[in-house]
Amino acid sequence: MIRRLLAVGLIAGLVAILPTPPALALMPDEILDDPNLEARARALSRDLRCVVCQNEAIDSSNAEIARQMRLLVRERLVAGDDDGQVMDYLQARYGDYVLMKPPVKPETYLLWYGPAVVLLLGGLGVAFYLLRRPKAAEAAEPLTAAERERLKRLLDKEDA
Amino acid sequence: MIPELGHFALILALLVATAQTVVPLWGAHRGNAAWMAVAGPSAVAHLLLVTVSFAALTWAYVVSDFTVVNVVANSHSAKPMLYKITGVWGNHEGSMLLWILILAVFGGAVALFGGNLPPSLKARVIAIQGLIGIGFISFTIFTSNPFERVFPPPLDGQDLNPLLQDPGLAFHPPMLYLGYVGFSVAFAFAIAALLEGKVDAAWARWVRPWTLAAWVFLTGGIALGSWWAYYELGWGGWWFWDPVENVSFMPWLLGTALLHSAIVVEKRDALKVWTILLAILTFSLSLLGTFIVRSGLLTSVHAFASDPERGLYILMMLIFVIGGSLTLFAIRAPTLKPGGLFAPISREGGLVMNNLLLATATATILIGTLYPLILDSLGGGLVTVGPPFFNLTFVPLMLPLVFVMGFGPMMAWKRTDMAGVLGRLKVAAAVALVVGLATLYLQNGGPLLAALALGLAAWLFVAAFTDLAAKTKLFRAPLADSWSRARGLPRSQYGTALAHGGLAIAIAGMVGSTAWKVESISVMQPGETKDVAGYSFTFEGVERLQGPNYLSETASFTVRDGDGAFVAVMTPEKRLYPVANMPTTEAAIHTRWLADLYAVIGDKEERGEGWTVRIYYEPLVPFLWLGSLVMMLGGIVSLSDRRLRVGAPRQAKTRVPAGPAVQPAE
Repeated sequence: MIRRLLAVGLIAGLVAILPTPPALALMPDEILDDPNLEARARALSRDLRCVVCQNEAIDSSNAEIARQMRLLVRERLVAGDDDGQVMDYLQARYGDYVLMKPPVKPETYLLWYGPAVVLLLGGLGVAFYLLRRPKAAEAAEPLTAAERERLKRLLDKEDA
Repeated sequence: MIPELGHFALILALLVATAQTVVPLWGAHRGNAAWMAVAGPSAVAHLLLVTVSFAALTWAYVVSDFTVVNVVANSHSAKPMLYKITGVWGNHEGSMLLWILILAVFGGAVALFGGNLPPSLKARVIAIQGLIGIGFISFTIFTSNPFERVFPPPLDGQDLNPLLQDPGLAFHPPMLYLGYVGFSVAFAFAIAALLEGKVDAAWARWVRPWTLAAWVFLTGGIALGSWWAYYELGWGGWWFWDPVENVSFMPWLLGTALLHSAIVVEKRDALKVWTILLAILTFSLSLLGTFIVRSGLLTSVHAFASDPERGLYILMMLIFVIGGSLTLFAIRAPTLKPGGLFAPISREGGLVMNNLLLATATATILIGTLYPLILDSLGGGLVTVGPPFFNLTFVPLMLPLVFVMGFGPMMAWKRTDMAGVLGRLKVAAAVALVVGLATLYLQNGGPLLAALALGLAAWLFVAAFTDLAAKTKLFRAPLADSWSRARGLPRSQYGTALAHGGLAIAIAGMVGSTAWKVESISVMQPGETKDVAGYSFTFEGVERLQGPNYLSETASFTVRDGDGAFVAVMTPEKRLYPVANMPTTEAAIHTRWLADLYAVIGDKEERGEGWTVRIYYEPLVPFLWLGSLVMMLGGIVSLSDRRLRVGAPRQAKTRVPAGPAVQPAE
């Protein structure tokens, strides 16, 4: 993802100077022996943001700090934490910024409830529109003189 | 000399664009035919001048003229010719020039093919196109001049970023821009209609082909970007809900809504005000997409200020275009007459549902994309809005949409007998149920949402073609009869079925690769074999090779299926581009019918002969690209409908006054 953003940034003319990625994301030596724990670690690391990257989860990041965070997640899991405890631990250390799924709190009410409000208002608008009192069917707008002339010409051409 | 010619032509284009805007607008306002007639020729002159300018820059790239700063920064004499040319738009200044060129092409196309438009509407549409041109050309000349020279010239260039030296990404920007800029025509038509104070079926019929063309390009542009991410990034992901993706997806969603609401205006003379608003908003989102990426606003709020000149210009232009058009809308929209009435359960009702869900989805993505920026700039702290947010909000909006899409095209205008429609969809419902349950069974109760989504995809696919079968009375009338009906069916109906069916195919691809991807990450020694998802991968070793402008470490894997039969040799690469000193990974992808096999190599062990190897089994991913192509094909087929063809004015014109009664059922 760093490289993806770099590429897009370059298209955009932002020549971001980013370090050369040393390796690709999750490395074999990080993987836990217990497949259940490893699966939980993978799921968690997809929901944690690499704090120095642009919108990239630690699972796919090449940054050194992402590697440390992946190892930290696995360390906590091996120590017997449940998923919630691991997330709390990382949140306490790195702040809300680290959560790919932002917490619901007053600052994010608009984010979390905004879409529902839009849908509700839109739905009300639609209901209002559909149920409006049917007025007498409005007469079609009469053609202007110029349009009548044009229409006549076109029809004549068609007949010809 | 040639770069100066390009620069000069661009300055002339700015002057012509000014004339193209002012004179026809004034002429249309005063009813002066001679002044209105300035519109066409000036749009063509605008196109010619911008073409000269773009050709001049391309020439500088082709001959590697390193006296031009832009060429120095983005090219190299040893680069393959294809990437010398695509390098023209692989940077900020050049991509602005491409934007301007495409805008001029659309403006010129309206001038050349819009002969059947009423003179005042045509004059106004072209003038609005000119106004957008003024904004972009002046931005380029004053803040992003691609023709700047450097003295003394360096011996060679700094090369284009190796990631951009790729066929997928080379053509991604032009496709995307053709989509973005294509919506400017719908926008210009909307503004012109507000100025005229008149929106009718004829207006909708003129707008639709342009919108449809823009939609086809944008679909292609997004799919190309996604495909590139899939094969280039080395872990088989294709969509990340990244802000740069979101800003291209929003105009697509709203453009799709526009495409559908314009049908209601055309057929039923309803939803006029809403359609105008959609046209304005779709283009506004295109502008926002171009600029939000370009200004660096997405990287962080602070990057915006790093180049205050450009940032301020962009902000002013956004305020002028979006604010101005919405103000005009607020003033003039109430004067537009509301149109035909319809019952909630009707084709119009279905399309309103489509618009409600698509508009809400767009708003959701807009909120999610801009939220971190806005919160940060208000001092509310840093938050991340990542894929989990979008999956939780976007997907629930799309599921009902896909459900409605199944029967929408079968509903009658004004009022629909729902029982009759659903009766015809028994087969689709049965297939959907079987697919959903079979998925659950085969995947041992696998993700419920995935089974549901796959069932819905099957529903949509079968329903799209049930509609065609019903309209041609397939299996109910003699085959010859069906054949003649099929030939008589308007192409737009085939377009609808293809686009809807294509989406169904693409959804299957999205679901499959998200829910059932298999992954293996390990260190493999040469000669070692690894089993992944029923295939065995034997690592044969790594070879060092030399490319035209890069060095490569190419691995080789022999792949066999479960019976030991040979499937393929896969050769993932790691490349180093020495000029830019940048490595890239080139995944090896072998496409089977129902899945991709995907292999990537990482680094060699520090001690030993082993290499880090990633192997993925990506189920149904080929469907994603196939589905995107089918959707584009649907758009193209629909575009070829003679009723929509720009050159078929008489049909359109003569039918309009007769009212919806004689319109052929869509």
